[in-house]
Amino acid sequence: MQTQGNAGQRPSDIYFFATCVVDQFFPGAGLDAITLLEREGIRVHFPEEQTCCGQPAYTSGFPDEARKVAAHQLTLFPENWPVVVPSGSCAGMMKHHYPTLFADDPVRKAQAEALSVRIYEFTDFLVNVLGFQSEDKGADCTVVLHTSCSARREMGVHLTGRQLLSNLKGVKVAQQDHESECCGFGGTFSIKQPEISGAMVEDKVKSLKATGAERVVSADCGCLMNILGHAAWKDKQEGRQTPSLPGEHIASFLLRRTSK
Amino acid sequence: MSEHAMNFMPSEGFRARSKEVVENPFLRQSFRGAMDFLINKRITQFPSAEELETLRTLGEQIRQYNLGKLPTLLVQLEESLTRNGIQVHWAETPDEANAIILGICQKHSAKLMVKGKSMVSEEIELNHACEAAGIEAMESDMGEYIVQLAGEKPSHIIMPAIHKTKEEIARLFHEKVEGVDYTDNVDELIQIGRKVLREKFLVADIGLSGVNFAVAETGTLCLVENEGNGRLSTTAPPVHIAITGIEKIVEKLDHVPPLLSLLTRSATGQNISTYFNMISGPRKADEKDGPTEVHLVLLDNGRTQAYADEQLRKTLQCIRCGACMNHCPVYTRIGGHAYGTTYPGPIGKIISPHMLGLDATKTMATASTLCGACGEVCPVKIPIPDLLMRLREESFSEPHVAWAMVYRSPSLYKVATWLGSRFNWLTPSNQGPWTSVRTPLKPAPKRLRDLLKERA
Repeated sequence: MQTQGNAGQRPSDIYFFATCVVDQFFPGAGLDAITLLEREGIRVHFPEEQTCCGQPAYTSGFPDEARKVAAHQLTLFPENWPVVVPSGSCAGMMKHHYPTLFADDPVRKAQAEALSVRIYEFTDFLVNVLGFQSEDKGADCTVVLHTSCSARREMGVHLTGRQLLSNLKGVKVAQQDHESECCGFGGTFSIKQPEISGAMVEDKVKSLKATGAERVVSADCGCLMNILGHAAWKDKQEGRQTPSLPGEHIASFLLRRTSK
Repeated sequence: MSEHAMNFMPSEGFRARSKEVVENPFLRQSFRGAMDFLINKRITQFPSAEELETLRTLGEQIRQYNLGKLPTLLVQLEESLTRNGIQVHWAETPDEANAIILGICQKHSAKLMVKGKSMVSEEIELNHACEAAGIEAMESDMGEYIVQLAGEKPSHIIMPAIHKTKEEIARLFHEKVEGVDYTDNVDELIQIGRKVLREKFLVADIGLSGVNFAVAETGTLCLVENEGNGRLSTTAPPVHIAITGIEKIVEKLDHVPPLLSLLTRSATGQNISTYFNMISGPRKADEKDGPTEVHLVLLDNGRTQAYADEQLRKTLQCIRCGACMNHCPVYTRIGGHAYGTTYPGPIGKIISPHMLGLDATKTMATASTLCGACGEVCPVKIPIPDLLMRLREESFSEPHVAWAMVYRSPSLYKVATWLGSRFNWLTPSNQGPWTSVRTPLKPAPKRLRDLLKERA
């Protein structure tokens, strides 16, 4: 569990690093996460100059390009506040790979290390820093949770999403087979190896649907793009008008369930 | 000298080969079932996560300690083995290794070599070299025997014939083994193989085996196996030739038990293998059996290249358990043959570039989501995803200049994403590989930063 830094203490202010995927493709999820955090009495700061954590270049084998992009993000969080990221994948990049990326640059390395301890994945922050508890106001439903590989293996926060959902009394969390297996997104992998990626997401969607859950929730929009994109494609192929596997970011689900 | 496969380009055709498997529902289901079986067997061997973690750390430390002293230990190993009467040979390349082995065979006018399971012998394509030299090389591990009969290569380093169903094996035995009627009864199939092989052990001139651990201090070659064919290959024929990569060395016997435990539990989910052989020399004057000559061939084949780099050296920690394959979502989808390399799966992706060159293997480095499942189960904690990223870094030279320009510059980012959201109706519906199984990606009409401004 990632609870160092401000663990246990409720901060008055935080930075929100939305990630480029949320900013451009899932803005509603970002807004819902911010609304939830503000409802907890926290001032949320959104540095306007933020772009992308640099992971796409980093994992594709272009550390120089990743460094240029990451160096820019390093300058955005001057106050000693937690930086909350609504993605295990991008949080993992900033927390674990920034210090490695700047290993040969003493000044930036120090900045990266100072930033690293302040990086929190969204669900981890809710559970382990805020002790988030909120009354479930929704009707009974069954959902299935997909946890990203980065959240699970790099950030070690694979339990917090489930914890948040189980605290909602009307929500039953279904268990899919091969839960810990990757959905097949992998950034540029989905483009460079489309056949294997396609097979992986096909199996993932099948296992999620087999639970009979009404929707899938995840704390990573990269996985959601892949999973929901395939589910919608399949619906289209098979002539279904309504989505057989709707889904959303866990922040949107939590906010809706706990709002009047 | 025979032609071996060192000139081939596994990267070429990788996508076509994987596509073929992925589109075969029968194979997909069969690989998935086999991997699930192995994953579940392993889980039962590690009921305590804490014990597993302690043991993995110990395994990592033992391997790193011994790799740290590798040059000294190799000298020590040669001395100890020589003292024990085992003849030591050094091979830098597969060609050299084959020449050494064939040289020994020719000295003994050998006609038949019976082989215990050895991935290094696959790495040097020894069977082809033997065939070219007129020596029959016969695999005695059941899985290896099956793939040899089928004219194939192993698709998994521990379970070479995991891609075959019992019906396929039944047909193969019926067609290729004299006087065998079709049966898909597994016990009967095993008995058929066993009968053929038993006769060969008795008449073979040479027994060949791999090595799991070579102990420098005592000059002992340790061999892990389940079928007894390893013991027969190393004791029945008059000459035993062992072959191993130079990295399989440990300094002390004390180092073996933790690694052995990690190996069998991670590989096949067994507490211990059925056989564990410790070979410390040829037959002595007062002994009744055992080979009269024992040789060890130590192969480099790119290992010193990996060794020279602190990060890449971790690749050599591998004890060849295959757990990374069993847990890999990519291997599970495509099986071992699609990789086109001797060692498939995650470990294959990081070791093959040292053997075949980066150019020949660079596509393989892209065939990973970096999900981390391999690193998580590796019994000696090889950071496989980090090593894959390192290889990606070294494989690709054309930089993504435009991408970096946009994302390092807030103003360009703002313009580019504003255009994307405002003109999102212009998003193409055909987005290449992405839309082959997914709906198109379309930027939202308003970005998060726009929604935040509106709200304020």
